[in-house]
Amino acid sequence: MTGMRRKIVLRVVSKLLIPFILLFGLYVQWHGDFGPGGGFQAGVIFAAGFVLYGLIFGLGTLREALPSWLTRVVLVLGVLLYAGVGVVTMLMGGNFLGYNVLGATPQGGQHIGIVLIEFGVGMTVFAAVMTIFCAFAGRAAADVNPVDDIGGDNG
Amino acid sequence: MSFIETHISVLVVIVPLIAAPFCILLRNSVTAWAWATVVCLVTMALAVQLLQQVWLGGTISYDLGNWPGPWGIVYRVDELGAFVVLIVAALAAIVLPYAKTSIEREIPKERHYLVYCMLLLCIAGLLGMAVTSDAFNLFVFLEISSLATYVLVGIGQDRRALTAALRYLILGTLGATFYVIGIGMLYQMTGSLNMTDLATLLPAVQDTRTVHAALAFIVVGFGLKLAMFPLHFWLPNAYTFAPSAVTVFLAATATKVAIYSLIRLIFTVFGDIEPLETYNLRFAVIILAVAGMFAGSLMAIFQTNIKRMLAYSSVAQVGYMILGISIGNALAMAGGIIHMFNHALMKGALFMVMGCVMYMLGSVKLEDMAGLGKRMPFTAAAFVAGGFSLIGVPLTVGFVSKFYLVQGALLAGWWPIALLIMLSSLLAIIYVWRVVEMMYFRSPAIGHGQMTEAPMTLLIPTYVLLAAVFWFGIDATFTGDLAMAAAESLLGGSK
Repeated sequence: MTGMRRKIVLRVVSKLLIPFILLFGLYVQWHGDFGPGGGFQAGVIFAAGFVLYGLIFGLGTLREALPSWLTRVVLVLGVLLYAGVGVVTMLMGGNFLGYNVLGATPQGGQHIGIVLIEFGVGMTVFAAVMTIFCAFAGRAAADVNPVDDIGGDNG
Repeated sequence: MSFIETHISVLVVIVPLIAAPFCILLRNSVTAWAWATVVCLVTMALAVQLLQQVWLGGTISYDLGNWPGPWGIVYRVDELGAFVVLIVAALAAIVLPYAKTSIEREIPKERHYLVYCMLLLCIAGLLGMAVTSDAFNLFVFLEISSLATYVLVGIGQDRRALTAALRYLILGTLGATFYVIGIGMLYQMTGSLNMTDLATLLPAVQDTRTVHAALAFIVVGFGLKLAMFPLHFWLPNAYTFAPSAVTVFLAATATKVAIYSLIRLIFTVFGDIEPLETYNLRFAVIILAVAGMFAGSLMAIFQTNIKRMLAYSSVAQVGYMILGISIGNALAMAGGIIHMFNHALMKGALFMVMGCVMYMLGSVKLEDMAGLGKRMPFTAAAFVAGGFSLIGVPLTVGFVSKFYLVQGALLAGWWPIALLIMLSSLLAIIYVWRVVEMMYFRSPAIGHGQMTEAPMTLLIPTYVLLAAVFWFGIDATFTGDLAMAAAESLLGGSK
């Protein structure tokens, strides 16, 4: 993997591509409300940008940009955002995940609810893909403790 | 109605579900444990509340996201569902206090918080299976609980646990896939996934090959999940090599919830068709159940690892439950249902005893238990008490289950079945006696003569569960009434 650092073409092209991959991921995330897309696809696309970065510049560099504590927090926050929306709708008088009560109109409420939970899905899928990638990529180096990438602080 | 009363059926699921990710943030062994324990106690309180509401006010229906059925996902809790919720929540609330000491001994410290997170996810999945009335949602919860279970089985230090977890993963995934194929076929024929809706739509298409195939896929799928003989091959290794506390929880709850789901599908979704009658399945299922009772007990007799022995005994006990639901009258059905609860208590207690032995000796081999009656008197006594229940001695819950089952079999006129139930209890005497003999009538190996008892944090939960074994064995009105009501509503729905 470290050998790729010397390939100038790969480095330059990937540096050019990554911002657009991330932007496209965000587009799929926020446009999912009106067209094809949504949190799951967006999370995977967003993670693809980071995976590319990790492949070209090495796992260590990737971990500097995206430490394991951060993926873990994003992983958790995504789930909590999704479930939290459900709890908020319950507190506002609806049923669990009944988005109608979130907005002034039922339709507006549905919009708000869907955007929020899809963002939660996106966060968790992104973090899950990154965790899986880093766990497998770091396996050769850290075979001593396979859980380290999920459990350890520095991966 | 108060907030909790309105949302009770969804609260029991989302409380552990939302609590689970917090364990990842806490990351400290002790705080994660304390958090999980508090959550389990709260869930237990909610389960009691749920059961009370169902018992007094009848079936509870809850539309998720305010989308009414059959379009939205509906949670529907009747007596049986509330009973299963109580089984899972109660066992979780007893296992968690026990888990700390046991897990500290058996699992590396940096993985502890993951264990608690997975336990909470597993609990959420199992509770979700019990409350949902949507066939696909059932699959989702099945996967949540199963995935958590695979992790839990393989998380210990024992390398053999990894192979056991992998085998469980492959067979479990096969089971879940079969189920989802079956549901796909039903959806193709009816256009619905809502269980009550399916029940009304299915009779119109009951004679199609697709529905027959769907039923076959569903029964085999859940047969794998609940370790119905001869689909039980994943179970012994998974229970043997999993960490003790994990085994306690899984043995007490996971197979029960799978049985509950099968009951739900056969008697609610397919209820109006009466598949056991219409497709002439009753006799085949009874044969499999009885074969499981004997094969499981026979295999148990030849085990030298006591955790594995108890695991094979579980295969036999699953046979009793399947027998109860397949005989076809309310008494036998109540026997099967009550045995889900009773077996959870006694097998939970017995595996807790094995956790104590594992903690002190680092082994659960039969030969290492020589003289245990002198070395660990309380632990050994607990095993004897739990063993009595496994055999079905009066005053224990095991007797209550078998009493209902035998009565049900006799009522149906199947006296040979009643005889076979008694005979298989004799096999239980043999495998329990082997351990008792080793504990009380062999002298301990040299250097192991001194008395060393397991810590109180392990013994107290064990004895609490044992107390329940005798409490509900002596006064079975609560469990009996509940199981009878559940059985009658299940069979009544099919008339």
